[in-house]
Amino acid sequence: MTNSIGEIEDAGALLVIGSNTTETHPVIGYRMKMAKRKGAALIVVDPRRVDLAEHADLFLQLRPGTNEALLNGLIHVIIEEGLADEEFVRERTEGFAEMAAAVKKYTPGYVEEITGVAADDIRRAARLYAKAESAAIFYTMGITQHSSGTNNVLAVANLAMVSGNVGKRSAGVNPLRGQNNVQGACDMGALPNVVTGYQRVDHRDTQSKFKKDWGVKLPVAPGLTATEIIDGILDGGIKVLYVMGENPALSDANLNHVLEALAKVEFLVVQDIFLTETAAQADVVLPAAAFAEKHGTFTNTERRVQLVRQAVNPPGEARADWVILQELASRLGLGWSYGGPEEVFQEIARLTPSYAGISYKRLEEEGGLQWPCPDAEHPGTPYLHANQFAGGKGHFTPVEYQPPAEEPDAEYPLLLTTGRNLFHYHTGTMTRRSSAIGPFKPEEMAQISKEDAEKLGIEEGDLVKISSRRGEVKVKVQVTEIVPPGVVFMTFHFHEAAVNLLTNSKVDPVAKIPEYKVCAVKLEKAVP
Amino acid sequence: MVSLTINGQKVEVEPEATILQAAEKLGVFIPTFCYSPQLTLVGACRMCVVEVEGMRALVASCCTPVRDGMVVHTDTERVHTARKINLNLLLANHPLDCLTCEKNGNCRLQDYCYLYGVSESDFKGDRKDYALEDTNPFFIRDMNKCILCGLCVRTCHEINGAGAIEIMNRGFDSKVSAAFYDPLENSPCVFCGMCVDACPVGALTPKQSIGKGRSYELETVKTVCPYCGTGCGLELYVKNNEVVRVKGDPSNPVSRGQVCVKGHFGTDFLKSPERLTTPLIRKNGELVESSWDEALDLVAEKLKGVKGTELAGFSSARATNEENYLFQKLLRSLGTNNIDHCARL
Ligand code: SF4
Ligand code: SF4
Ligand code: SF4
Repeated sequence: MTNSIGEIEDAGALLVIGSNTTETHPVIGYRMKMAKRKGAALIVVDPRRVDLAEHADLFLQLRPGTNEALLNGLIHVIIEEGLADEEFVRERTEGFAEMAAAVKKYTPGYVEEITGVAADDIRRAARLYAKAESAAIFYTMGITQHSSGTNNVLAVANLAMVSGNVGKRSAGVNPLRGQNNVQGACDMGALPNVVTGYQRVDHRDTQSKFKKDWGVKLPVAPGLTATEIIDGILDGGIKVLYVMGENPALSDANLNHVLEALAKVEFLVVQDIFLTETAAQADVVLPAAAFAEKHGTFTNTERRVQLVRQAVNPPGEARADWVILQELASRLGLGWSYGGPEEVFQEIARLTPSYAGISYKRLEEEGGLQWPCPDAEHPGTPYLHANQFAGGKGHFTPVEYQPPAEEPDAEYPLLLTTGRNLFHYHTGTMTRRSSAIGPFKPEEMAQISKEDAEKLGIEEGDLVKISSRRGEVKVKVQVTEIVPPGVVFMTFHFHEAAVNLLTNSKVDPVAKIPEYKVCAVKLEKAVP
Repeated sequence: MVSLTINGQKVEVEPEATILQAAEKLGVFIPTFCYSPQLTLVGACRMCVVEVEGMRALVASCCTPVRDGMVVHTDTERVHTARKINLNLLLANHPLDCLTCEKNGNCRLQDYCYLYGVSESDFKGDRKDYALEDTNPFFIRDMNKCILCGLCVRTCHEINGAGAIEIMNRGFDSKVSAAFYDPLENSPCVFCGMCVDACPVGALTPKQSIGKGRSYELETVKTVCPYCGTGCGLELYVKNNEVVRVKGDPSNPVSRGQVCVKGHFGTDFLKSPERLTTPLIRKNGELVESSWDEALDLVAEKLKGVKGTELAGFSSARATNEENYLFQKLLRSLGTNNIDHCARL
């Protein structure tokens, strides 16, 4: 997020696109509703009539996979109606002319054809957003989990810059990170091309700095991404896979492909708190400690580093991940001797400019710090890009609408989109084992519209078979007005109805994120 | 700034401050039931009454603004009598089953009765006789114990925004409930449980904690929610190496005490019998228990046995920063950049 969670309630306008915030980030959802009660304009853009839509001033129900067209349409209206922040564009950005030329053809009428959103609503949304004193955009996987995800993100940036809504309190671009420490995992360099703080692994300075500190030479060439690693196993290039606290056997797109890879890899180590679907395939399973059983830090979606404290001991012989990693390092002759997480953190701060000013002592005293925090006196950074963008000027990039990689056709006439619900989390490993939540929401219910239900002769609670070109699942249905006709929605919380057997692993060419949000399926009544 | 005197002590506060806020600044205690700094003021419970020189009636300190030169007394005979009558009225129809009540030791009604020496009611009131509402798996509602402070209702409307509950009816028949007296499951309730944390008495009880320990036996550990990227602060209440209750952490700068159903009621996977407790090694196709030494030796041997480029790792968006850091350090030290996690997924 470029803004902080605490700034949400003071925003003049909120544009929430592709985020079912009240279910996926509930407390942020509370703040959005608070902002609305305090007078903010709330615009919700989603293919489903999500809960937040009920609170919105304007709800734009677009066809799945048409985000860029809609965003371009908003920019078109802003430029055409003279609502652009000319001073901001002149002083702080470059590339406006090319971008403006690219959005020229995205008239509200043309965008209505692509997205199904009424031209008038597009105009109204553009005005509400651009005229507000401070306007913040929020998005999640509804923007990124597309084969055109990178373009979507660029289009969001274009929209914010054209209206001068970046680098201010309560105005910015705010991707809401899904998992508790996904921000931290990225910050820590659990990525193939960068080490901590996004320092490129193939840069000479990074190489020499880390070599000096670690006493080993870093490999120079960027490594493989998650989807490439799976392909690498199937090609025979990757022989050993070490999985710490992930469950790709349920969370990855085109699951059959992943399961095949997990079966094929010569040696699979899985370190986790439960025998997940992935761990069940492993050659060695290492029992790990859960969040309340160890000390450390998490970094939340607003870049705030916070202390995680141990409350109880791990069960049986389970050990904290950092203890296990240190044990392995010593067997591999790497000679680590960390006395505890705090010493590891000191090393992180030493090697990472954006974390340099953060220490356990300050976190204890100040209740968390938001990076960048370059030195011990720095108060942390509630919102980014205040006076200039990281690279100097903000760059507009022209973006064209690209249809999803797979669209409904005669054989697979419905469009499947995926997400989460309020009660469960990710692959359900934790929530399904909660004594209260597990029984409260015990099974998946695929959502379909009344119209489709009638057409197919299906009623609420019926068991159906949903199939795509890649696989099939059996699941009960919920008939609802949340999804429009032609669209089916499922979560990926339940292994009994593993939706990722159906999804498309076609990835965005830059970010390599699979297209979870759109694939073509057919649906028929099943015999139990 | 405005200057006033409370119990003989001078204090300066902002002109828009209330007497209660001024007293708080001085560290002078005033009891309250219906007050919360995060919610709209209603001045309904009358526990916070104080005497102001020159004013005939006692005033509710939570919603009376300060004036320059004001002289306030918070602990006079008159004030105490008024508070005692209040407590007396509340006790008239409050079940006195403190022996088994989960709130014992952490109940404001109990605390104030102790403070003002009110042990039973002089009024013979009708008892309320509502059925226990325990059909949802998260918390029990016992409206016989409700003192109608309204904190839960305002929390639900003003903090959560769900607006699932209201004070229905008037007078003796007032009752906090979802519309049509439906169970919460059939209302817009999202089971955040923030109403439970807000309730000053034992009317709302989380099921997971029942019988697990008195509030004064529990140790509190502040930490961060393991679920979504919002990063809400949680208070874990621990007894005998077991987390027996979870609440939102009011001191956390991100969440200010707010939580959702997952953070509040979803962390007891910690004690699931399905937790992994020993290393496992696949032998003859089966995963069998092993010692740490055997498992770690085997993993180390396999990691050493391949070229760096033949090795890959998935790190975890659940693990701590320190653990993610060490994971990539380990793999990079072994000569591979094939490291990723499910940020993309
Ligand atoms: S649990 Fe949350 S949503 Fe439900 S009544 Fe209480 S405050 Fe409202
Ligand atoms: S249930 Fe508790 S919080 Fe709600 S009105 Fe009654 S006493 Fe107050
Ligand atoms: S309490 Fe709910 S909103 Fe807060 S971090 Fe946990 S899952 Fe997210």
